[in-house]
Amino acid sequence: MIKFDAVTKRYPGGHEALKAVSFEIGKGEMMFITGHSGAGKSTLLKLAAAIERPTSGTILVNGQNVGKMSRAGLPYVRRNFGLIFQDHKLLYDRNAFDNVALPLAIGGVTGREAGKRVRAALDKVGLLPRERAMPITLSGGEQQRLAIARAIVSRPAILLADEPTGNLDANYASDIMALFRSFNEVGVTVLLATHDAGSAASGRVLHLDHGVMVL
Amino acid sequence: MKEWINAHRQALMQVLKKLRAAPLANLIMAGVIGATLSLPAGLYLLIDNLSVAANGIETEPQLTLFLALDAPAETVKDLDRRLRAHPDVSEFHFLGRDAAWQALQEKSGLTDALGDLEKNPLPDAFVIHARNADPATIEAMQREFSGWPHVEHAQLDAAWVKRLYALLQLGNKVVLILAGLLGFALVAIIGNTIRMQILTQREEIEVSKLIGATDRFIRRPFLYAGTLHGLVGGITAWAILYAALYAFNLSVDDLARLYASDFRLRPLGLEASLLLVCCSALLGWLGSYWAVSRYLSHLERA
Repeated sequence: MIKFDAVTKRYPGGHEALKAVSFEIGKGEMMFITGHSGAGKSTLLKLAAAIERPTSGTILVNGQNVGKMSRAGLPYVRRNFGLIFQDHKLLYDRNAFDNVALPLAIGGVTGREAGKRVRAALDKVGLLPRERAMPITLSGGEQQRLAIARAIVSRPAILLADEPTGNLDANYASDIMALFRSFNEVGVTVLLATHDAGSAASGRVLHLDHGVMVL
Repeated sequence: MKEWINAHRQALMQVLKKLRAAPLANLIMAGVIGATLSLPAGLYLLIDNLSVAANGIETEPQLTLFLALDAPAETVKDLDRRLRAHPDVSEFHFLGRDAAWQALQEKSGLTDALGDLEKNPLPDAFVIHARNADPATIEAMQREFSGWPHVEHAQLDAAWVKRLYALLQLGNKVVLILAGLLGFALVAIIGNTIRMQILTQREEIEVSKLIGATDRFIRRPFLYAGTLHGLVGGITAWAILYAALYAFNLSVDDLARLYASDFRLRPLGLEASLLLVCCSALLGWLGSYWAVSRYLSHLERA
């Protein structure tokens, strides 16, 4: 599903965030990327989601070389992914429902069909009763779950999550982790970045140290 | 197709909702665009009315053909035939030298002085009215007639018409230049307004791009906003012109009555009105396209 082959990412200024990283994640797999902060976890996810381009090496998503893809093709590649960002990136000018509806609008799904799917996604993360709430009134854990609802609403084949349990207490964190496992159980490929090796106890682990893969 | 319509409807609804949220700001915007556009449109209106007035007083420029004094007698018949057949001549009459001489003597009161002349110094002449007041045609006629046999001189009586037309043409050029400059200003004004809107929606754009929005999706609502600004501004300009004209005509009426004339300023025609509004909408579209493209390419570089 996703294949990295000798991928290096060098940022302007010379900092090498990733050095010759190679791995492959199959359909329906769940994989954790661990490492200290600044090890290159976020960079790896951004490269996979075609948000950034590799300096060298190839990245294949569903057999497509996303590093070489034209600008016009990128949006369509990104729609394969459900993205959960470290800082949520929720929109604070609209309520929970409208936040979750955004990916559907982008994909051209509106009206009643959109409403049905938005509510299904909110229900999945347990936020259906708060669909009219503004994100700012939600707790940290609820905001995280709202971000997850937005990521799954268009039923992507791959979920990419950057530190989804980063700022949450242990109870919340295990709830969220259970949520990801339930998605994985229904066949969604999940790639999770976390600095917390404990939550990665079960599952495949890719450990990064200063941008280098450590097996 | 259905999806396409749906996407546009969605963008338009979004924009209308935003516009409703800030009525005063949008009213001011419409006023600014309206005032900007009413300048060249007003000047155009003025020149258009002047042209109409000029057409009214034209009295068709006259050409006078003076025959050579030694022209043989059949020349008059020959020229008469030629003028009758000429497509650009609307009417003409012959002015015989004897008749002219008599008229001159009677009119001028110089009978004594003129009587001292031993013979009639006036030539035979044709006075010709052109079918078409266009200076180029008349000049061509003048050249053509000068070349005919035994025509001593073809004189254009209405050089001032040419000057007036040249002035009106100059005025039209001024309108074009003014329209071009203010059009550019309008693109900048609307572009800047859209840029402000983009800045307030920066996060939405960023997130949308991250989760797979195409540039077109992001651009669409802003293009609608810019076009609507232009459209409403164009209509405002038209309304400003109409109101100004109405006020003007009230005074013109009084004046015209004093001079027993029915002169009134004509409002902008249907075509010109449509052109004004459409151009304004187009400029709005252009301004917002420019603003969004600039922002998107800025995102790409970041």
